[in-house]
Amino acid sequence: MKRAAGIFWALLFLAVPVLGVATFAVAPSIDVWLPEDVSEHGREIDSLFYFILALTGVVFIATEVLLFWFIWKYDAAARGEEKATYIHGSHTLEVVWTIIPAATLLFLAIYQMNAWANVKMRRPDMPPTVEVIARQFEWRLRYPGRDGELGTPDDLHLVNDLHLPVDEDVLVQLKSMDVLHSFFLPNLRIKQDAVPGMKIPVWFKGTETGSHDIVCAELCGWGHYKMKGRITFVTRPEFNAWLERKYAEQEATQPVEDVTGTLVTN
Amino acid sequence: MSTVTAPPTVDHASAQVRKPHPVATFLSTYVFSKDHKVIGLQFLFSTLLWFLIGGLLALAVRWQVAWPWSDVPVVGKLFAQQGGQMSPEFYTMLFTMHATVMIFLVIIPILAGAFGNFLIPLMIGADDMAFPTLNMLSYWFMWPAFIAFGASFFVEGGAASGGWTSYPPLSTNIAASPGSGWGQTLWLIGLTFVGVSSMLGSVNYMTTIILMRAPGMTMFRLPMTIWAMFITAVLQAFALPVLTAAGFMQLADRMFATGFFSPEGNIVNNAIAGPGGGQPLLWQHLFWFYSHPAVYIMILPAMGMVSDILTCFARKPLFGYRPMVYSIAGIAGLGFIVWGHHMFMSGMNPALGITFMVSTMMIALPSAVKTFNWLGTVWGGRIQFTTSMLFALSFVSMFIIGGLSGIFMAATPVDIFIHDTYFIVAHFHYVLFAGTAMGVWAAIYFWYPKMFGRTMNEFWGKVHFFLTFIFLNGTFFTMHILGAVGFPRRLADAYHYETFHHLQPMNAFMTYCAIGMVASQIIFAINFFWSMFYGPVASRNPWNANGLEWTAPSPPGHGNFDYQPVVYRGPYEYSVPGVEKDHLMQTDPPNAEAAAAAAASH
Repeated sequence: MKRAAGIFWALLFLAVPVLGVATFAVAPSIDVWLPEDVSEHGREIDSLFYFILALTGVVFIATEVLLFWFIWKYDAAARGEEKATYIHGSHTLEVVWTIIPAATLLFLAIYQMNAWANVKMRRPDMPPTVEVIARQFEWRLRYPGRDGELGTPDDLHLVNDLHLPVDEDVLVQLKSMDVLHSFFLPNLRIKQDAVPGMKIPVWFKGTETGSHDIVCAELCGWGHYKMKGRITFVTRPEFNAWLERKYAEQEATQPVEDVTGTLVTN
Repeated sequence: MSTVTAPPTVDHASAQVRKPHPVATFLSTYVFSKDHKVIGLQFLFSTLLWFLIGGLLALAVRWQVAWPWSDVPVVGKLFAQQGGQMSPEFYTMLFTMHATVMIFLVIIPILAGAFGNFLIPLMIGADDMAFPTLNMLSYWFMWPAFIAFGASFFVEGGAASGGWTSYPPLSTNIAASPGSGWGQTLWLIGLTFVGVSSMLGSVNYMTTIILMRAPGMTMFRLPMTIWAMFITAVLQAFALPVLTAAGFMQLADRMFATGFFSPEGNIVNNAIAGPGGGQPLLWQHLFWFYSHPAVYIMILPAMGMVSDILTCFARKPLFGYRPMVYSIAGIAGLGFIVWGHHMFMSGMNPALGITFMVSTMMIALPSAVKTFNWLGTVWGGRIQFTTSMLFALSFVSMFIIGGLSGIFMAATPVDIFIHDTYFIVAHFHYVLFAGTAMGVWAAIYFWYPKMFGRTMNEFWGKVHFFLTFIFLNGTFFTMHILGAVGFPRRLADAYHYETFHHLQPMNAFMTYCAIGMVASQIIFAINFFWSMFYGPVASRNPWNANGLEWTAPSPPGHGNFDYQPVVYRGPYEYSVPGVEKDHLMQTDPPNAEAAAAAAASH
């Protein structure tokens, strides 16, 4: 009876790695998994994710199965009169299980630096394609006007509807007008907080045409959940035509200043 | 570690003069008590009550995530204006206060306040804390915090709703959010009092552990619980002043428009806000400089207690005592230089991010060493499946998950995708709930006989364990794969996004599990209170454990020990060969061992 209880508890602990692995195995097939990646750098991030998943998965299975096995085997009810092993540790084991994880973690630390630098440090040498100004609870967009320069009176002002050319480096200049926001593009593996008082460059290259979500990922107030935008990649000619259409629409309406002094269209 | 040293002749601890205790009244015994055990229990009861409140807040959060904008059952009419559905600002308040309550009013005070207070003098063989009056104050300073946090639900605009991290300008600008009015001010006041309480406690713990150990209780004969409490107290003492200062700066920003954390020309709600001249990132640095070490303040004591419980019910010495001590010290040391990993996406210099990434990767190492040593402790043991042991084993099992998922977000490129998603929510719930809370339950079932002189019901304890274990994994494990989709935290309704619209059924499943998890605690609550009056009466040492606390009566009277305990050995002398009984208490004199060995040889 006592042994049966021990077996029951051991199996409960075995359920952790079994169901844990099953959850991750099933997730992609029920579409609860990484969303489609349409960026150039995303592959690097995803493969690092899979690499860490494999690495931690092996450690997870090994340690959890060991724990199960020890619970199964060293149940007092299964050991008869035998005493527990009187041992205070093992210097060799301590050295082994310090050095191997240390080397692995150090390798991981160095291995990933390049991917990080590509997304956050190696900024392409180009003027901003568009300025994104976050505010409660929308994404304001400012494209250079016909003069090709940002910050001039003919700038194009839009809200939430971000169009960008596909297969080209784009540089977004990210600002916030009020509180913290975070510019999250799940399908481009991009996330960057927008901080009032800072101009933060964000760059990426879309590889497929199509339209995806822009999500705010930093709590910005009661309407945080509805701060939704769309990012649409189109070919360069389509993008130029789209810009031209938007210029014409804006010129048709007189821009006015809101209380903040920003030019907006009605 | 079984080496025997002669009892020291005279040292600081045995030279203490025992003063007779003054005549006790009801008020001085149970309310304004200076007895560390009563103070510990006061902390325990208060924090368990807040645990209930925090859990109910979590259920309300889960309700909204699973079925946005649907009528909240039972309590909906109490707080909602339109029918029974919650407003988005109410939802932001819920998760802000859930985290605030759980972190500042439950986890930190239940570990340091309840168990630190109750166990430290008992386990080191002292008659009380070094500063009993400060100790009493450390509990009573929690009350202004209880009142401030509790009252903030009822002020105009509701309680704080800027997240438990209270990032400015959202939290400093009154126009930015309804909860950024009085709610946030009360939040900051409450936080300050929690800080004062923690500081009074930590000074006391350090002094007590350094100066008041029983004769023979060297530092390396301390149980892991005490080592963990000691290092936690050091962490508190060094990190807390920074948070307190930052809190006052935020309070000044709000009340006197000092603008420490707000830049110039900030426009909130179409109105120019304050003079500015500050930096929002400054708050994040100061906040996380405390709150990252605080993450370890919230786990180390549980690790210590679990180490003691595992050895007792595996009837085996702790595997690698010194590496275990060094790894706690390593976690504490590195814990001070990893705060920036909360800020990889914040706009902080990305090169600085690399520095924090390397230190963060390295802090996984001492945690790994601890896990391997726990496995080593269970290996070759004679496991007794008590409720306490099951919770302790599940701590190890769950901590593995929480530890490993941390590596994903330490990797900066992966963090770009999973930062602020449910992957993070899964990670810290595995550490704090599946880790610390399970460790706390292990400790409650383990030390309950010492606290109340009776033992909790084992059968219902195991039912409580089984249900909690199943439901917590149902709730939190699935969050990992939600995070893999990029499902963001803190959204009142995410299903209008194309990327997340199909995730509602999974969230509904998690909410069912969460309801089951909270409901399972009814079993615990009944067992806890019923056993206090009707549980089987406990002997001094019901588990045949080794620590000094088990030589005192259950429960110990004021002054703890009926004789001066003298320590002859380390705390984990289980199953010593040649000794008839399977454990040697720290107070068992060396001749007992020698006599047993002699008897065995004849």
